[in-house]
Amino acid sequence: MADMRVKNPKGVKLDHISKIYKDPKTGKDFYAVHDVDLSIAPGSFVTLLGPSGCGKTTTLRMIAGFESPDEGEIYLGDEPINALTPNKRDTAMVFQSYALFPHYNVFDNVAYGLRLRKVPKEEIARRVTDILALVELSGMEQRMTNQLSGGQQQRVALARALVVEPGVLLFDEPLSNLDAKLRVQMRTEIRRIQQQLGITAIYVTHDQSEAMSISDNIILMRGGVIAQMGSPLEIYYRPNSEFVADFIGECNFLKGPVTGVEQGRAVVAIDGTPVPVVTDKQVRPGDEGEIVLRPEAIRIGEEGLLPCRVELSCFMGSYQNYHVRVGDTLVKITDNCPINKRIFNVGEHAFISFDEDCAHLL
Amino acid sequence: MARGQSAALDRKKLMADPIMMTTIVLLITFLTLFILYPLAILLVDSLYGDGGLTLGTFQRIFQMHTFRRAITNTLKVGFVVGILSTLIGLLFAYVEVYVKMRRAVGGLFRVVSMLPVVSPPFVLSLSMIMLFGKAGLITRFLLGIYDNNIYGYWGIVIVQTLTFFPVCYMMMKGLLKNIDPSMEEAARDMGASRWKVFCTVTFPLLLPGLGNAFLVTFIESIADFANPMIIGGSYDTLATTIYLQITGAMDKQGAAAMAVVLLCITLAMFAVQKYYLERKTAATLTGKASRARMLIEDKSVTIPLTILCSLAAVFVIMMYICVPIGALFPTWGYKFTPLTFKWFQQVFTRYRGLQAFRDSFVLSLIASPITALLSMIISYLVVKRQFRGKGFIEAVSILAMAVPGTVLGVGYIRGFANGLFHTGVLSGIYGTGAILVIVFVVRSLPTGTRSGISALRQIDKSIEESAYDMGADSLKVFTSVTLPLIKDSFLSGLVTAFVRSITAISAIILLVTPSYLLITVQINEFAEKGAYSIACAFATILILITYGSVVLMNLVIKRFGTSRTIKEAE
Repeated sequence: MADMRVKNPKGVKLDHISKIYKDPKTGKDFYAVHDVDLSIAPGSFVTLLGPSGCGKTTTLRMIAGFESPDEGEIYLGDEPINALTPNKRDTAMVFQSYALFPHYNVFDNVAYGLRLRKVPKEEIARRVTDILALVELSGMEQRMTNQLSGGQQQRVALARALVVEPGVLLFDEPLSNLDAKLRVQMRTEIRRIQQQLGITAIYVTHDQSEAMSISDNIILMRGGVIAQMGSPLEIYYRPNSEFVADFIGECNFLKGPVTGVEQGRAVVAIDGTPVPVVTDKQVRPGDEGEIVLRPEAIRIGEEGLLPCRVELSCFMGSYQNYHVRVGDTLVKITDNCPINKRIFNVGEHAFISFDEDCAHLL
Repeated sequence: MARGQSAALDRKKLMADPIMMTTIVLLITFLTLFILYPLAILLVDSLYGDGGLTLGTFQRIFQMHTFRRAITNTLKVGFVVGILSTLIGLLFAYVEVYVKMRRAVGGLFRVVSMLPVVSPPFVLSLSMIMLFGKAGLITRFLLGIYDNNIYGYWGIVIVQTLTFFPVCYMMMKGLLKNIDPSMEEAARDMGASRWKVFCTVTFPLLLPGLGNAFLVTFIESIADFANPMIIGGSYDTLATTIYLQITGAMDKQGAAAMAVVLLCITLAMFAVQKYYLERKTAATLTGKASRARMLIEDKSVTIPLTILCSLAAVFVIMMYICVPIGALFPTWGYKFTPLTFKWFQQVFTRYRGLQAFRDSFVLSLIASPITALLSMIISYLVVKRQFRGKGFIEAVSILAMAVPGTVLGVGYIRGFANGLFHTGVLSGIYGTGAILVIVFVVRSLPTGTRSGISALRQIDKSIEESAYDMGADSLKVFTSVTLPLIKDSFLSGLVTAFVRSITAISAIILLVTPSYLLITVQINEFAEKGAYSIACAFATILILITYGSVVLMNLVIKRFGTSRTIKEAE
């Protein structure tokens, strides 16, 4: 296949962007997006992640130009684009509902943007063919869009956006209408194509596993503001708040006073037992500390760090699911590959332990 | 919070889109000039007398015995017609949706629902007079009654009910189909009888919808001009009183004040219907039926209901057929054989029929594409775009629905006869074909816009957004995506506008000048003179034209409609 890398992937910069909406019930103004300040490197894949109503879609639609920011300026590359209409912006969007033109066949759908750009006929044919090959839809050119499966429609939508070689590719929850298995397949596909083309992509989703599997960077939003930005690994293992920790996966929180601090490490007393953890925060002995622990980072055994009582023990196939009580706190544990391990039953006493690198002080 | 920036940016984006900008400005100008201004001038005229601001004109008209009586007459007729039409409509809809019936009965129902669409408004009055009048076929020749007087209250009520109930029937049918059968089955399952289910489940769910249908008919009845004109006799309604005030008493200021009163009544009803009942209807009946309903097969229910409705349907159809047949008798009421085409000949030889049909046809033909395109553009802007002034455009084009034709006609006389605000500006269009075309457009715009809006709401907003995002400007989005997707709705809007225009009378009769002959005005004149045969001949040809264009539209939609390409693919 010809080298299809895009010539000019563009960076995106949001300079203290805010969007105000009126609440239809109370009639009061509120910030749908508040002071979002970030920049996205050319060629990278960035996900806007968050629960519904967090402002992620509004942010994306401001980049596309469908909404205008109330504060701040948006840059595409070095160019401020606030006053540009959507059709004048070098962006292409893949919509949640695919938004294919039902009165066109696959070829005409994909060729739409090229025809608007007055690209010569032969070149249109060549580029559409190439891009359909890339999304593995060769031979489907003459189909009407309602003869396609959901996954195929999604690919047409992707091809239609890609073929105009936009500076930035925008995705608005593109996989939420597909079934679970197809979703996993398509997200790998999208990531593959994005890397193959080297295109800048901004991707909106509320599905944290989708975000983690696909992105270079995740921007986690809540209530219109950025809760945390970082690589999937950082967000997962070094969340900066209970909300982020909880949103990005199953999570346990253990609370207790900080008893000792040294470079990048701290000791927290949980029910009187000193527990060493990593931290990047400025804490002092005597502060209230909160440890974040992922369920799969915890081991359960006949001896260990903290004593516990088993309240739920459930075989899930690839792992054994435990709920245990440590002091007053409920702790969830997923113990992988349980076949060779001692299984604890409800009511039994046991101990939990974990590596200090896996525990993180909020 | 500083909201200024987004507004300024939206404005800038709009400015960067000159086509859209021009369209909006033109639309607002059109709506202001031809809908708002004529209504405003009525109010100004009736409040502004010789000595400045005064309520004198209103005092004067309210002292007129005839006017006070016209108000009570109008309300009385409207109320009864509203109730009767709603009930008959409900009965028809219930039978169609709930009762298992033969296919032929279904066909009858379809004909009944289509007849009022293609027929000029006063056809039923004509046939009523010919069947039940003094020389009526049924009253005199079958029953031997020689002094039956159908002119007046009951005449209007019967004719209007027969004219308007099909609208209620269509509305009720839509509502009943949206009731999830599981709800009724749940009630049956808990032990309720069929009658109990209807009273406790179906009827309460329908109640807001029934209110809605009642008010829609009420407004239609109040606004109706042609039927009270022909069959009202000395029983005057507001619409006819206003007409007579202008043509008979030559009191334009009084007529303006009366028109304001009539407008206030319809607007109030419309406000209740639009902002209260329509919302309630939508709130109670949101879901689609989850699956097909078990039809009632119990013969003790099906047979009486089917017979009742079929008889009613046949009666309505007979009333319509009476008009073409009436045009074939040598002398209605005296000589029935041999059938003759002499009236049809006379239409063209003696009564300048050719000119009448040509004028009506040409003016309607000019008006209908303008109407269809305007209503699609308005619906597109209202449903798909965000801009300032959108609320205005939507409100005014929907408001026009509540404006009776007579009121609009008086408004145009007051507003344009001496130019804008009586200054002479733009007075050139008064008395021309242009103003007739504009009236046609304004009268059909609300229905077109309403159907355009509901068609566009079906289409995912992101389809247009994606075209916009790919680089298409507003015009390109509209022509390459929106219009092809609502082609069916556009075509039917085209024909509806044509049919409405060619059968229009209420506003036009006030504005037409001798240089234009319009069919409907001619029919009205002949009917008033008692020349029913010639009126029937005119009406028959008119029905043929409208029916022909509806058939043509269905053929075109079948052949070229969007649904075809999409259906074929399935």
